[in-house]
Amino acid sequence: MNTQVTIAGVTLRNPVMTASGTFGSGMEYGEFVDLNKLGAVVTKGVASVPWPGNPTPRVAEVYGGMLNAIGLQNPGIDVFLERDIPFLKQYHTRIIVNVCGKTVEDYVEVVERLKDAPVDMLEINVSCPNVKEGAIAFGQKADALFGITSEIKKHAGQPVIMKLSPNVTDIAEMARAAEAAGADAVSLINTITGMKIDIHRRTFALANKTGGMSGPAIKPVALRMVYQAANAVKIPVIGMGGISTAEDAIEFLLAGASAVSVGAANFHNPYVTEEIIKGIEDYMKTYGIEDIREMIGAVK
Amino acid sequence: MGKKKINARVYSQKEIAAGIFDMRIETDLAETAAPGQFVCLYPKDKSALLPRPISICEADREKGLLRLVYRVAGQGTAEFSGYPAGEEIAVLGNLGNGFPLEAAKGKKAFLMGGGIGIPPMLELAKRADAEKQIILGYRGGAAFLKEDLERYGKVYAAAEDGSMGTKGNVLDAVRENGLWADVIFACGPMPMLRAVKRYAKEQGIPAYISLEEHMACGVGACLGCVVRTRETDAHSHVNNARICTDGPVFEAGEVEI
Repeated sequence: MNTQVTIAGVTLRNPVMTASGTFGSGMEYGEFVDLNKLGAVVTKGVASVPWPGNPTPRVAEVYGGMLNAIGLQNPGIDVFLERDIPFLKQYHTRIIVNVCGKTVEDYVEVVERLKDAPVDMLEINVSCPNVKEGAIAFGQKADALFGITSEIKKHAGQPVIMKLSPNVTDIAEMARAAEAAGADAVSLINTITGMKIDIHRRTFALANKTGGMSGPAIKPVALRMVYQAANAVKIPVIGMGGISTAEDAIEFLLAGASAVSVGAANFHNPYVTEEIIKGIEDYMKTYGIEDIREMIGAVK
Repeated sequence: MGKKKINARVYSQKEIAAGIFDMRIETDLAETAAPGQFVCLYPKDKSALLPRPISICEADREKGLLRLVYRVAGQGTAEFSGYPAGEEIAVLGNLGNGFPLEAAKGKKAFLMGGGIGIPPMLELAKRADAEKQIILGYRGGAAFLKEDLERYGKVYAAAEDGSMGTKGNVLDAVRENGLWADVIFACGPMPMLRAVKRYAKEQGIPAYISLEEHMACGVGACLGCVVRTRETDAHSHVNNARICTDGPVFEAGEVEI
């Protein structure tokens, strides 16, 4: 039985990865899951310099999910190269580094610094809804996305995954813009912008007022967008958004995702990634599926 | 001492003051629990994704019981409060760093708890090798855990409504009784912790305060529950420590609250 998938020439032992920002660089969840078993670890976004992130409260629960407005707090690329990459290199999993920035130059600087680092792929975050500059500004207009993608491709030493925002009118158009600019893959969805109000205190639940919604409640929206993107482009699509069971992950594969990421579900169940991997294998056995690639996009 | 998520069984549950519940759960987490640590509890309600962080009130190693005293603050804790003995409950623990017991050794200490910050003072009072002056602040109503704490030190109570002890807060009780200490351990609402921090600074004594914040993961990955720190934090390389992992107990001078 084959569970391997290949994205932009990089082979993953299985299609299950972690969603950026929910798993740090794997250190914390390494106490719960065997990182060697994961298809890939996608790191928390890293910028050229340390970012302090937003004030608290940064997280709030909503029905069937959560809002977050962390604001891409990160220690900067220097510490990341010294600490996080060597940590992940101890494991036989693929390393995908999520890159964030405020300007094109910021992104390019991080990408350049990672050029000779032992990382397998880059995921470019142009879709974080919680920072004022950069990030999502590049991810909501097709021409801006095309521009930053082509610039990053000029400097990148590894395959480039553009992480798309769901907060757009036409996801297919965005996926096509990334592909046309040379992206090796796209991943989606990032969180959906949302809000919660504390009616007793008459304040916003998050200090940032708005936040990105994730969790099981967003899964149908994510699945629809992954299907649309997968049908719009030839490059691989990595699907995510509310995946918390093997059944959820299988839906995304059938809709056209070549791999999937698990995010907020880690907060509810720190063992969930391994359970999903096992559940996909069980499904393949049940239905006599020899090669996981038969499942990708099988529902037209 | 590794963290793990397990299914524990509720051993007993009772309401000990209006909206305050005392739940004992059977788990081997009791064997390694340290005072000031916490656990995360997960509602069975599938619409509730996130864990509820609850401080450890008492750990009975012999019987393998963790005692959790919590306030019903929303749907999740309301669900827990309805669990009868025998009910299964999902628990992640033990989390965070507790109170530094070595800082108490041989000292004259204040153990200060305000409201739902009182519970962690019980295990601390059991384990701290110090001359313990336990100062409890209530809004009013039942003086929950007061009798339990009286077994471990001299207890002073304060109530905002004047229904017991000193009328006012924990620092009013300190002044009214002419108390002093070499070190403070405190848990309670933010205005109380700010006042304790100021008091400790005036007195030139260390204060170890336990903080709370909304959390998503409880294990240091999501960066949801940070507190601003005086020095650059070794993990984040910005001035943001993680309350769940670097805390919840901090020396008051290290954090900006």
